[in-house]
Amino acid sequence: MSVPMVGRGPAAAARVHVLDAVVVGAGGAGLYAALELKRGLGTAGRVGVVSKLYPTRSHTGAAQGGVCAALGNTEEDHWEWHWWDTVKGGDYLVDQDAAEVMCRDAVQTIRDLEHLGLPFDRTPEGLIDQRRFGGHSRNHGEAPVRRACYSADRTGHAILQTLYQQCVRHEVTFFDEYQVLDLLMPDGPGGRVSGVVAIRLATGELTVFLAKAVLFATGGFGMVYKVTSNAHTLTGDGVSIAYRRGLAVEDMEFFQFHPTGMYKLGFLLSEAMRGEGGILLNGQGERFMERYAPTMKDLASRDVVSRSIYQEIAAGRGINGQDFVHLDVRHLGREVLDHKLPDMAGFIRTYFGLEPLTDLVPIQPTAHYAMGGIPTDVDARVLGDGMDRVVPGFYAAGECACVSVHGANRLGTNSLLDILVFGRRAGIAMLAALPDAPTADRDPEAEARAAAHLADLLAATHGERPATIRAELREMMFMQCGVYRSGTALAEARTAVAALRERATGLRLDDHGVRYNTDLVDALELGFLLDCAEAMVVSAEARTESRGAHAREDFPDRNDDEWMRHSLATRGVDGRVSLTYKPVTVTEFQPAPRVY
Amino acid sequence: MDVELRVRRFNPERDTDSHWETYDLEADPSDRVLDLLHQVKWFRDGTLTFRRSCAHGVCGSDAMVINGRNQLACSVLVRNAGSQISVEPLRGMPVVKDLLVDQEGFWEKYRGALPFLVNDEIPEDGLERRQSPEDRALYEDTSRCILCAACTTACPVFWTNPDYVGPAAIVNAHRFIFDSRDTAHEERLELMADADGVWRCRTVFNCVEACPRGINITRAIMEVTRAIGERA
Repeated sequence: MSVPMVGRGPAAAARVHVLDAVVVGAGGAGLYAALELKRGLGTAGRVGVVSKLYPTRSHTGAAQGGVCAALGNTEEDHWEWHWWDTVKGGDYLVDQDAAEVMCRDAVQTIRDLEHLGLPFDRTPEGLIDQRRFGGHSRNHGEAPVRRACYSADRTGHAILQTLYQQCVRHEVTFFDEYQVLDLLMPDGPGGRVSGVVAIRLATGELTVFLAKAVLFATGGFGMVYKVTSNAHTLTGDGVSIAYRRGLAVEDMEFFQFHPTGMYKLGFLLSEAMRGEGGILLNGQGERFMERYAPTMKDLASRDVVSRSIYQEIAAGRGINGQDFVHLDVRHLGREVLDHKLPDMAGFIRTYFGLEPLTDLVPIQPTAHYAMGGIPTDVDARVLGDGMDRVVPGFYAAGECACVSVHGANRLGTNSLLDILVFGRRAGIAMLAALPDAPTADRDPEAEARAAAHLADLLAATHGERPATIRAELREMMFMQCGVYRSGTALAEARTAVAALRERATGLRLDDHGVRYNTDLVDALELGFLLDCAEAMVVSAEARTESRGAHAREDFPDRNDDEWMRHSLATRGVDGRVSLTYKPVTVTEFQPAPRVY
Repeated sequence: MDVELRVRRFNPERDTDSHWETYDLEADPSDRVLDLLHQVKWFRDGTLTFRRSCAHGVCGSDAMVINGRNQLACSVLVRNAGSQISVEPLRGMPVVKDLLVDQEGFWEKYRGALPFLVNDEIPEDGLERRQSPEDRALYEDTSRCILCAACTTACPVFWTNPDYVGPAAIVNAHRFIFDSRDTAHEERLELMADADGVWRCRTVFNCVEACPRGINITRAIMEVTRAIGERA
């Protein structure tokens, strides 16, 4: 039987896969959820992972330095200390009950990963080795603590490989190279979710995945910025799709800039380089972090270090007055560089042609991580209004979700921990919900809309190229909604995003074919990025304070009286974005001045 | 600097055979070959098709033949590739479109190599299994594989005998054969001792040269071969 292609046949003729559960995204969160689901359901269970990439290409694999858990293998540590660091690191916008779950679960989660085969580096006694990382401290800020479990400087690679390996072992079904387009909501907007509609890139076939439980684990949207550590494919697909369907997105104004991006290239030199003793130097050769963070110095949390770098540059103390500073790892020695940080040393040699043992390395802050995303509870259930209205059948985990465990600024290593703890909890929660879930129904409206959208894009022969608009968006966001923001810049950004969205309605594609049409994918991804940018700038403009990664020049102080609350942005049917707020959950730690 | 980029193109919906197309581009010496491909795709011809994601050599998406050698497009700088750069799809796999090849056979061989730890016994104390740094070091090299397929598709044995499991599958078998925690040791050696397993290797070292991670693949194959020999 021949299957009609997109643009050449009716949506009703889409290929349909009926599953028990479908996971969108094959990074750490998606794979851990799929593994839990499949192990729970057994061989008869139909668990599908739908990914636009081959799973091992997912960006989890780019994570470097480590994943924190208070194992206490090399020195005294307690999960409560980790909890406090997480809350403080997030500038008190963290929901403390959620962070408690994460830090408490961390210890067993890391051991379970070891049992699954993860190749952690070891202590002489054969235990999982641990090292220092930014913002992680002993006993509420006394000094840096060794908490990050690691596999050289490719911890994310090890996690991604291990989880994929176990998914292969347990025969999870993979649908590789499918671009997801929309959610199926057969009862209307905000109602239960019963699957997704996607395009199979190899053939252009519109494909429907029906499932009683759907997890979005689609990652972040760093490609909204010009200089970013993120992969080209991190375009906010899941966040945008939820937002388009009228669901709230939370804390979108909080986007982390990692201090040590490779100058101009954007990708990371791990915080582990500073964890192992690397330091930052300004144009005068001064270790400037001693002035900004007397105790934690170069290992203060990322927002603090990134702002310090910007201030040095603004004061003319960049290298030769330019917009970068130096990372100095010369004193670490060959043993540490080649065995604990081999990939980092390799990046410096490959891309800069520099020798880290003898040369200083140019770095600049780079857009790295979205603290915000689709609001969920601690079992990854999506909260449609961001408050307490669970969307039946819909789950989100990992960077696309906002639990919120990272608050206004995520601590280094807590992203890997987040995907593991909440990816797994998602799988367990989905498993528990399946027996009582109603049969998954199709959503002809969503399917037809997806087919029409594809047909429109494929038919367009004049207009602007997606790349032109994307380049403008990324440049504009980097300048107007970056490390420092202001009301004026954000108002301009809001207007600019609206104009770019308008222009993006008239795109021109060169490729009108059905096989691996990556021109089409570029156009779809641009749409996702524009949605994310809209929610980001609207949320950022309204938050008239500075907290964590959101630094307002016109409101330089944190304002706990008014802003101990999460932003919830929703796009109405009229296209207008409205903001509502919900209070931060504070269970243990009262907001205090944040000093490192 | 000016760069002449030659790309072997093939669009199954338009072409009956592949052909070269040439693009004259303005490039910075520090640009990656991937940046050049993007320049063409984004601003000249949106039909140019290739896989890529991380753009810094860790995801393994963009292995291709650059100036005759298997390399990652995101790890080769223009300053090292020169002012005339040719780009072709990986050899030994069916070309689907331009630089994008059908990798299903590659993944099948990977899955066939039992690429996962087998050990369902959890330590009684609930803690991690112990593994000495020395034992951990035995599979360090092969645990770094990013499954980019550069090695397998550089292997002349694989070109002539597509049934050969190929270096990538052996690397991933090695990673578990030498993991002290694994309990499927015998089964793994059995698999690798198959007629299309390690014996096919002719130690040409193409794989070692092609590996963007610098894994000493031939040594790994020799270690597996030795382990099979010692088993008897």
